[in-house]
Amino acid sequence: MLKVTFPRMGHSYIAFKMLMEEMGNEVIVPPRPSKKTLDLGVQHAPEFACLPFKILLGTYLETIEMGANTLVTSGGHGPCRAGLYAQVHHRIIEDLGHKVNMVCFEAPLRHPIDFLKKVNFLNSARLSYRAVYQAIKKGWHKLKALDNVEKLTHKIRPRELVAGTTSKVYHKAQLWLDKAKTYGQIDEAYNESVKALNSIPQDPDRMVLKVGMIGEIYVLLEPASNQEIEEILGNLGVEVERSMFLTGWTRDNLNKNSEDVVTCHEAAKSWIPVAIGGHGQDSVGHTVLYAQRGFDGVVQLAPFTCIPEIVSKTVLTKVSRKYDIPVLTFFLDEQTGKAGMATRLEAFVDLLKRKKLARLDTHPAVTS
Amino acid sequence: MSAATVGIPRALAYYLYFPRWRAFLNELGVNVVTSGLSNRQMLDDGVKEALAEACVPIKLYYGHVLSLKDKADYIFVPRLYCLNSQTLYCPKFLGLPDMIKHSLNHLPPVIDTMFNNRSKGFLARRTELAKSFFELGSKFTNDKLKILKAFYRSLTTEHRYLELLQSGLLPNQAITVLGGAKNTDTVYAEGSLKFAVLGYPYHLYDDFINVGVLTKLRRLGVQVVTTENLSPAVLVRQKHQYPKDMFWTFSDRAFRSALHFFQEGRVDGVIYVTAFGCGPDAMVYRMIEMESKKYPHIPFMILMIDEHSGEAGISTRLEAFTDMVRRRKKGV
Repeated sequence: MLKVTFPRMGHSYIAFKMLMEEMGNEVIVPPRPSKKTLDLGVQHAPEFACLPFKILLGTYLETIEMGANTLVTSGGHGPCRAGLYAQVHHRIIEDLGHKVNMVCFEAPLRHPIDFLKKVNFLNSARLSYRAVYQAIKKGWHKLKALDNVEKLTHKIRPRELVAGTTSKVYHKAQLWLDKAKTYGQIDEAYNESVKALNSIPQDPDRMVLKVGMIGEIYVLLEPASNQEIEEILGNLGVEVERSMFLTGWTRDNLNKNSEDVVTCHEAAKSWIPVAIGGHGQDSVGHTVLYAQRGFDGVVQLAPFTCIPEIVSKTVLTKVSRKYDIPVLTFFLDEQTGKAGMATRLEAFVDLLKRKKLARLDTHPAVTS
Repeated sequence: MSAATVGIPRALAYYLYFPRWRAFLNELGVNVVTSGLSNRQMLDDGVKEALAEACVPIKLYYGHVLSLKDKADYIFVPRLYCLNSQTLYCPKFLGLPDMIKHSLNHLPPVIDTMFNNRSKGFLARRTELAKSFFELGSKFTNDKLKILKAFYRSLTTEHRYLELLQSGLLPNQAITVLGGAKNTDTVYAEGSLKFAVLGYPYHLYDDFINVGVLTKLRRLGVQVVTTENLSPAVLVRQKHQYPKDMFWTFSDRAFRSALHFFQEGRVDGVIYVTAFGCGPDAMVYRMIEMESKKYPHIPFMILMIDEHSGEAGISTRLEAFTDMVRRRKKGV
């Protein structure tokens, strides 16, 4: 019997878990990345591999300990290193003496046969293709619900009256969505979550700053890897808008001409005209877009030695000056501490606040 | 109208593609200057200007560009995307012109011709490259025939360059030979040992940044072969057991040549030179390291260089490694 596990990236595991279970596999839910995960990863990963590589390797080793024998992950075709993760991980894990299956999904439209083969391999319940398609569609539905709930927390958290309420409700909402198995239940759980979040007491008069989040997808999506930066910012009275969600990213990758991608690349054109792998070009494009939409600042998250983000960070210095939008960059690695980050964020938010107040003073007609 | 002068930084892709670029530009009547050998000043300038998180070669590249600032009318920072329709270059190469243009001030105009023939067919991959050269050439002349001639000239030069490399010369020697100099030191002190020294061209052939690894080895009586001495066909034919090739040209070459040297078994040792913070290498050196375990009879060492590499540290490690290999060889 396949005991399936997959990398943990934000709340996406809830949807993947349902999908894998419906295909008849036992699922070992990857634990939330902890100190132990990171230690395991750091111990066996190459020194300059990026943080996601180390966390993923740690997660795999932890789940293998828990009995997993099949690792499901995603591939890529470069030039970002993430495309090679699967084969290097597999080799390292084999080198440590574990025998596991590595199922690495490539872009389905580029490699349709390979995709179907891998689906077949994971299809322990021998579902028909139609049923698999339905299951994937339902998983997608759940993922969308999860993403939308998270988006809502970004709006509520900076305005909550009692600090920490939103995170508590959000945690509960995730549990509800985890339990939902049918379309009806998912919708019900979603509606309940939205209602619960909206009924959190809010302070309507608070001055709320708007900050865009850009950077590398894994450290953006997995709170354990970025020290829950969204919570820290939310508690400081900042409404966060993240440039990337798993649903949005998948959609954009399947359709290169979607509106979001085109506008983002258009905005980045005079800075980085071609795709340089990872999210390098998108980071610059989103910063320009955020500036044009009047955001107060941008926070960039990137793993240490992330190549595309180094390029975009180099360029962002000038973008930030030209569009007059402050950008704070964090290069995250295994040494990053929460207190240090919080201090830098507090200082950054103070700066943004003062800037905003000064602007409001000179243009009294402008209201936030 | 006096001829324009184009500055080409002596770093990164220089070691593989400079002869071709120089031949092309010279044929168009353009003067080509390069920055000198890397030195402390360049590195310090680069460290000051480049992002702290960038790798050493990028910082050094900044230094080279800065040293060309007052010497050239244009600076040639090509956007190398893909030259063989398969493998790309490191994302830092893809964004190199952007990094240079947007972080260095008061530079002469930067020429950032893009070379890209990824996923193109047999013919298209050649015409795509020719197009890029035409784009580059049309900046200096409107004479299409002249550009065509220069393009042809660049091809023959590259061919000759590859021949020189395969005859056992290293890029720096081959470039001077192409420049008309007499071939000075082809005759190796026929050492008792032969090492394959692998790594990216800009780590291996820059004597400053690697603190003279190749020179030191030669002094220790070791004959050195590198990836560049292998014929491209050998590398293409080299098989590996992984589902995907390395994405990046230099990494793919390094990985395949490592497998080639291991499997062929004609070298006494393999040394892999990598730089601190190199993104692609994090994958490559680990893969090579794990491969090397299958060939326990060929000793393998990883040498990491950074902006603080000390003469003594590198010397000690090289001497120890050489001694060890020599003793082993005698023992057998």
